[in-house]
Amino acid sequence: MIFLKLFLTFFKIGLFTIGGGYAMLPLIQDEVVNNGWMPEEQIVNFIAVSESTPGPFAINISTYIGSTMGGEFGLIGSLLGAFCATMGVVLPSFTIILIVARIYEQFKTNKVIAGCMTGLKPAVIGLIGSAVLTIIVTVFVPSRVLSFEIFKTAQTYVSLGIFALCTVLVFKKVHPIIIICLSAVLGIVAGYFL
Amino acid sequence: MKEKFKKALQLFVTFFKIGAFTFGGGYAMIPLISKEVVENKKWVTDDDILEIVAIAESTPGPIAINSATFVGYKVCGFWGSFFATLGTVLPSFTIILAISFVLEEFQHLKAVQYAFEGIRAGVLALLIKALWTMYKKCPKGLVSYIIMSGAFISTAFLDVPVLAVIIGCAIFGYLTSVMAERKVK
Repeated sequence: MIFLKLFLTFFKIGLFTIGGGYAMLPLIQDEVVNNGWMPEEQIVNFIAVSESTPGPFAINISTYIGSTMGGEFGLIGSLLGAFCATMGVVLPSFTIILIVARIYEQFKTNKVIAGCMTGLKPAVIGLIGSAVLTIIVTVFVPSRVLSFEIFKTAQTYVSLGIFALCTVLVFKKVHPIIIICLSAVLGIVAGYFL
Repeated sequence: MKEKFKKALQLFVTFFKIGAFTFGGGYAMIPLISKEVVENKKWVTDDDILEIVAIAESTPGPIAINSATFVGYKVCGFWGSFFATLGTVLPSFTIILAISFVLEEFQHLKAVQYAFEGIRAGVLALLIKALWTMYKKCPKGLVSYIIMSGAFISTAFLDVPVLAVIIGCAIFGYLTSVMAERKVK
């Protein structure tokens, strides 16, 4: 039952996403890509969509994956899939915050939670680092096979060029939407002329 | 009762507005939340906002949802939380649902595929910047570096499930903090 599975998977993802936003990426790669629900490329494409639309990344990506997965059951399936995934991702935070709001003073001074957080903060960095490495391979090695062949494909050079330019612009604090539009235009130009 | 319902409705409208107009999500939402609920509505204080950020960072789930639930609860209990969270989620949900149909329709076009090939390289740059920002904010130290590289190596090269790494690092962090405390004593 795909809808129940969507709910449970995203409940698990919501429960273990600490620090919000892109901290969800490693979990999505584990649960969604590795289960064969969606290829890595589609997730990376969607990051761009999410950066250019309002709302939190976590909600955007759950709604998108839910709607796409439910899509094989038509329009209602899409809606139901999006609903189950989004509900799943929201429910753990919602419940936990309701509890924490009541016992805030105890929560704040709790040594176990503070101790766990000293481990979790750096762990999230390592995990996102690993997720980014996977995306690096996806972007620069379209065939997924690491060999000298990649230096013969034009796409690798185009991607490297766009990546280098965008990195400079990102660190110059150019707005993400401008970066996405620019890389889209460069991608189209390269696609048609190379 | 009527008063409470009115407040819940206001929470819904306020957070709907915040959800509909923040790009980048999470942290980008905090200044907007503070402007709306502290300055305009005077529902909570500046100290509450700091508290909310601290809690949102040390509990699971998206920062936006955590903040909405917490503010909602402070203003009028469970239904406040419910309507604030619903308000935050609804704009995203509707917009993305519509976009997913559009993507489905157009992603087979050659031009769209070329565009996304370029976009993926651009997104990578954005992700690396985000990772760099997170790294700068993270407390440094020997234990931190060990956990960071341990988590990286075990997921990137050893195929350890992400959930196992998260649980393992939480336990490891707790144990080292207990040991550090004993040393002080």
